[in-house]
Amino acid sequence: MTRSARIIAGIVAVVLVAAVAAAFAIVWRPAFATIDPPAPQTFDAALVKKGRDLAAIGNCNDCHTVRGAKNFAGGLPVPTPFGTIFSSNITPDAETGIGRWSEAAFQRAMRSGVNREGQHLYPTFPYDHFTNVSDEDDRALYAFLMTRQPVRAPARENQLSFPFNQRFAIAGWKLLFLRHDTYQPDPRQSAEWNRGAYLVEGLAHCGACHTPRNALGAERNSAQFAGGDVDNWHAYALNDQSHSPVPWTADALFAYLREGFHPDHGTARGPMAEVVSNLSSVPSSDVRAIAVYMAGVSGTPAADRKGQDEMALAQGKTAARDNAAGASIYAAACASCHENGRPLPYGGINLGRSTAISSPDPRNLANIVLSGVRAVEGERSPIMPGFAASMNDEQATALLNYLRARFSNQPAWTGVDKTVQDARRTQTVFLQTSPGPRNAPADPMQRDKP
Amino acid sequence: MNAPIILDRRRVLAGGGALIISFSLTSAFAQQQDAPAAPAPSPPGSLKTSPYLDAWIRIDTDGGITVFTGKAELGQGFRTAFQQIAAEELDVAFGALKVVTADTKVTANEGYTSGSNSMKDSGTAIQIAAAQARELLVAEAAKRLDLPVENLRTADGAVIAPDGKRLSYGELVAGDMLHVQAQPKSKLKNPATYKVIGQSVPRVDIPAKVTGGAAYVQDMRLPGMVHARVVRPPSYGAQLIECETSAVEKLPGVVKIVRDGNFLAVVAEKEFQSIKAMNALAAATKWKETASLPKQDDLLAVLTSLPSQNTTIFERGNASATGQKTIEATYTRPYQAHGSIGPSCAVAQFVDGAMTVWTHTQGVYPDRQGIAEMLRMPPASVRLIHVEGSGCYGHNGADDAAADAALIARALPGRPVRVQWMREQEHAWEPYGPAMVTKLKASLDGNGKIADWNFEVFSNTHSMRPGGAGSMLAAQHMAQPFALPAPRPLPLPEGGGDRNAIPFYNFPNAHVVHHFIPAMPLRISAMRALGAYHNVFSIESFMDELAALAGADPVEFRLKHLDDSRGRDVIEKAAQSFGWKAGQTSPQNRGFGFAFARYKNLAAYCAIASEVEVNRETGRPRLIRAVAAVDSGQVVNPDGLINQIEGAIVQSMSWTLYESVSFDDTRITSIDWQTYPILRFDAVPESVEVHIINRPGQPFLGSGETGQGPAAASIANAIANATGRRLRNLPLTRKRIKEAIDA
Amino acid sequence: MMTLKVNGREHQVNAEADTPLLYVLREDIKLNAAKFGCGLGQCGACTVIVDGKAVLSCVTPMVLLEGKQVTTLEGLGTIAEPAPIQRAFMEEQAAQCGYCIAGMMMRAQALLQRNSKPTDEQIRAELEPHLCRCGTHMRILRAVHRAARLMDTADASSPASRSAR
Repeated sequence: MTRSARIIAGIVAVVLVAAVAAAFAIVWRPAFATIDPPAPQTFDAALVKKGRDLAAIGNCNDCHTVRGAKNFAGGLPVPTPFGTIFSSNITPDAETGIGRWSEAAFQRAMRSGVNREGQHLYPTFPYDHFTNVSDEDDRALYAFLMTRQPVRAPARENQLSFPFNQRFAIAGWKLLFLRHDTYQPDPRQSAEWNRGAYLVEGLAHCGACHTPRNALGAERNSAQFAGGDVDNWHAYALNDQSHSPVPWTADALFAYLREGFHPDHGTARGPMAEVVSNLSSVPSSDVRAIAVYMAGVSGTPAADRKGQDEMALAQGKTAARDNAAGASIYAAACASCHENGRPLPYGGINLGRSTAISSPDPRNLANIVLSGVRAVEGERSPIMPGFAASMNDEQATALLNYLRARFSNQPAWTGVDKTVQDARRTQTVFLQTSPGPRNAPADPMQRDKP
Repeated sequence: MNAPIILDRRRVLAGGGALIISFSLTSAFAQQQDAPAAPAPSPPGSLKTSPYLDAWIRIDTDGGITVFTGKAELGQGFRTAFQQIAAEELDVAFGALKVVTADTKVTANEGYTSGSNSMKDSGTAIQIAAAQARELLVAEAAKRLDLPVENLRTADGAVIAPDGKRLSYGELVAGDMLHVQAQPKSKLKNPATYKVIGQSVPRVDIPAKVTGGAAYVQDMRLPGMVHARVVRPPSYGAQLIECETSAVEKLPGVVKIVRDGNFLAVVAEKEFQSIKAMNALAAATKWKETASLPKQDDLLAVLTSLPSQNTTIFERGNASATGQKTIEATYTRPYQAHGSIGPSCAVAQFVDGAMTVWTHTQGVYPDRQGIAEMLRMPPASVRLIHVEGSGCYGHNGADDAAADAALIARALPGRPVRVQWMREQEHAWEPYGPAMVTKLKASLDGNGKIADWNFEVFSNTHSMRPGGAGSMLAAQHMAQPFALPAPRPLPLPEGGGDRNAIPFYNFPNAHVVHHFIPAMPLRISAMRALGAYHNVFSIESFMDELAALAGADPVEFRLKHLDDSRGRDVIEKAAQSFGWKAGQTSPQNRGFGFAFARYKNLAAYCAIASEVEVNRETGRPRLIRAVAAVDSGQVVNPDGLINQIEGAIVQSMSWTLYESVSFDDTRITSIDWQTYPILRFDAVPESVEVHIINRPGQPFLGSGETGQGPAAASIANAIANATGRRLRNLPLTRKRIKEAIDA
Repeated sequence: MMTLKVNGREHQVNAEADTPLLYVLREDIKLNAAKFGCGLGQCGACTVIVDGKAVLSCVTPMVLLEGKQVTTLEGLGTIAEPAPIQRAFMEEQAAQCGYCIAGMMMRAQALLQRNSKPTDEQIRAELEPHLCRCGTHMRILRAVHRAARLMDTADASSPASRSAR
């Protein structure tokens, strides 16, 4: 071999070795030693209580519990563009849960998305948000989880195709997309705002649903809160691209998150139902902080967005003329509840205020119309019948198009018939597996004619 | 309490020998010449007020047999049970008779179908009347055949001589043979020979109900019938100040708008037209609201501070028994709704000065009296016929719907008027089960036995049933309204708010006080089990609290204080069937609970053991299994009894874990199933077992309300066992349990 | 005038497009089984089957029924010739007042038509829209299980299934 060839070969070899070493360094994580599952009594009660509130803000039980099964035992199927991921068992079970995880191992999982054994976790577990959770809060969460009831429930196999089923690929993803400490307190803002920012960017992980993702499934930082997807529902844009007919204020957000409904916006259902169910049990100051921060995110509403429901009523005639079928279905099946004036949450919302109708994505409306709103066991809560069985695709499509034309000033949707077909299929799964809200909107003082 | 008894005779002739139906007469009201001169000792049950046999049994010359009862089929299976009783004592095939129920023109006045008294009152009367009718038929056959009575037997509707000669009942019946008063002694059949009583004969009403046959008052369709809807006020005492009817009158199908003061209704040809007209009419009204309702979360303070009439209803003293350790507790119950699945409905028709009302009221006679008074008509011109509605569980909107229909029908002479209440109206306007407070205090002696017992109950009356017109909404809302009758406590031993307030256990010292509260902030009346639901809940919860104080097993503790052998038997049966063991430990997150009561201290006995699971994270309670033992005396239809007890446990579970009426400062706000949630299938238990202790030959004991109180306490005790926390305020909701766990 | 196909027969009914099916069934066609319980879609007493699926007829207006087949309890069988679901409810004596039962049966029938061997969980989940105030739930569940077994036996012995083997 020539001298230059040898040098080149040497450089290539060094580069290759370095690359492999680097790749190894990126991918490989050490395992933490197992510990004996700590006795629940060893955790301070106040710390556990703090952890309970934090877990509620983090909505942990929602992903880590399947309808009809034990709390935190995992097994919930989460559909992603790459396949279905099943949530893991985070009860302190020694064999199938996190019972043998040390606090450090738990912290690493939250901070960097690595499990005790050193395997990378799929970012379906939103550690890109949880990385912002403080050490102190991680400690409280650990105390809470380790004092839950252990449940023996082995992890379910994820259903991912190659190469997504190769965990080392996640390392590459993290390299590109995992940023530590994305949240920094802003001294120009109030303490309340900062608390809200810390919670939203961290534990509450609102962006995990409400921010669109790129082709590799990472949140697009340039489009924060511009709207996203979860469980075949559309999580509405919360920034200045919000399509809510009535603009959100901090007070409205607080009421909505705390009580589960707001007269100008509707009732939290679908995946949001569990979120508000959890938020009803945490200190209200934290809910208010979240509301204050998010109100800042949504910004000052454009002047022409107010008074949209009056416009909606005026549009009625035109919409009916163009879509007689939809109009008569609305008048016959919907108006009796949605125009009877009974206040929320037990009366049908004034549809001119429905974000589902004004949103660019017709999925949520299709989901609600087909599946309705189910009763919550033993608690006062709204019930709406679903129309999946009584409406065929043509009828549901006509209705959705009519609602869009009549109750929004947005351009018509396209492909509504496909949306309806998809909704039929996916909602059955959602209703069967999601654990469902544990409590209903708080009991308001409301009046109606008997 | 009962309406005045009215004499009316109808002769139904088929040849010369059909029997006469007649109404009850007491000697005081007798208008007949052939009333017996010397009053015999009072016969049992409703024979007291309707002593004539033919008030209960009619036999036609073609052999057709009809049984009459003044009670109503509410879904408890009475029609079938009474048919069984009569078939047994008359010695005819079950299918050979039919039962006619409550009808003011045709059946005896048995007051209300309530208080679990139907078997005792009507069942006993039918049994005796049937037995004595049979004796009379045999005596007649003996006369005709010139044979001694002892040589004859009966089978399949005939009297049979030793040589095989048969004389059918139809052939034997003659003249007014059954128009005689019941004798004090009857030759009842030996229970050991029962062929029909004690069998789980399938209910006669179920086939129609599962095949779409007409079965309910809601199914009635009379020629020319119109549909009416009432526009009720938004709150108690609201005044109708504006009512713009002209536009509504022009709506399609509208026949008439009826307004009488604050009573407002619209009538249309078709049902959906009437609903749309009702909504339009409601939107065109303005009301002045005056109601001032108490604070829903503050009922304890409200009830214990309202003026009350205080009566010591039980007192026993034994100075030698002294307590060493004392505990006290207060238990509360909110207003709870009957929540009938089918909102109330009635059909009325006014023809030639006579009003007929088809209604699912529990009391056709008292309701008739009220309606007659409201319309200022002679009661004889008003006929009420009971037609089944959905389960009422006491005094729901049925009587009011009947009054509504009658009032509207009078404005449309000739046309049958059907009034159907809306769901919201039933929820808002039905009279509720009253809110109650109980305060208990007791001490244990040195041996861990209860030395003294103090019990106070605060409650409204538990009955505002008609009787007077003023009990009915239509009459209260008319321009010339009838005043609400003054509430009165129901007398012991049955009681109302104090039902089951007197402990069935033996305590050396006991003191029970009934604080009867006349003022009724919310509209209330009788709801299944009346005060017994809350009183038994309180007593049986407190017994567990005392057992815990004594370090004793809950079942053993109860047996230690109970002498009554039948009570002991049901307790032991339930415990044994459940697998209850002293010193047992329950599985993680689960608890075991036990409770016992004898309904009204004189009706059926019931003990219930239950297993409840509580979710630590959410507080969610779930009844996993319940095992009950019941003693209702001679059992007529075992499956029917089991059905009632299963139902009682599941219904009580819903009351106990979920239910409370909600209201703001003016209006009732729990007006549909969103706002008054009840049990759904996701919380139904895994199993409910009922074990019957049959007592052949013993009197029938009412069982329709015996399970609710013990079920509530059993569940409460199981929750306490599972969580280590005692909850005393009904309902025992998930939120309250979670707060107790977190505390 | 609208045409409505109920239990295999066509009816001409004089009803507005916004009239809920419940009132047409009860008043125009004079069928009793589907009941008015709430009119709000909250209790299930009005349930019938439309094109094979259980619907709440009180919130199903006529405008949605063009060309569809409606089946009510009356269409399943009679006292003399009861369908398996009806036999099962009679054999289990699965009723107290009985008002909720017709709706329960139609929901169960629709379930059994698509899933002939439902688990207890599945039956309970299916019946979630239905209320029973008398507490007959245990019997209702037993009756649905029984109906499944009866349908199974009936299928096993029917000529069609024999020839399929």
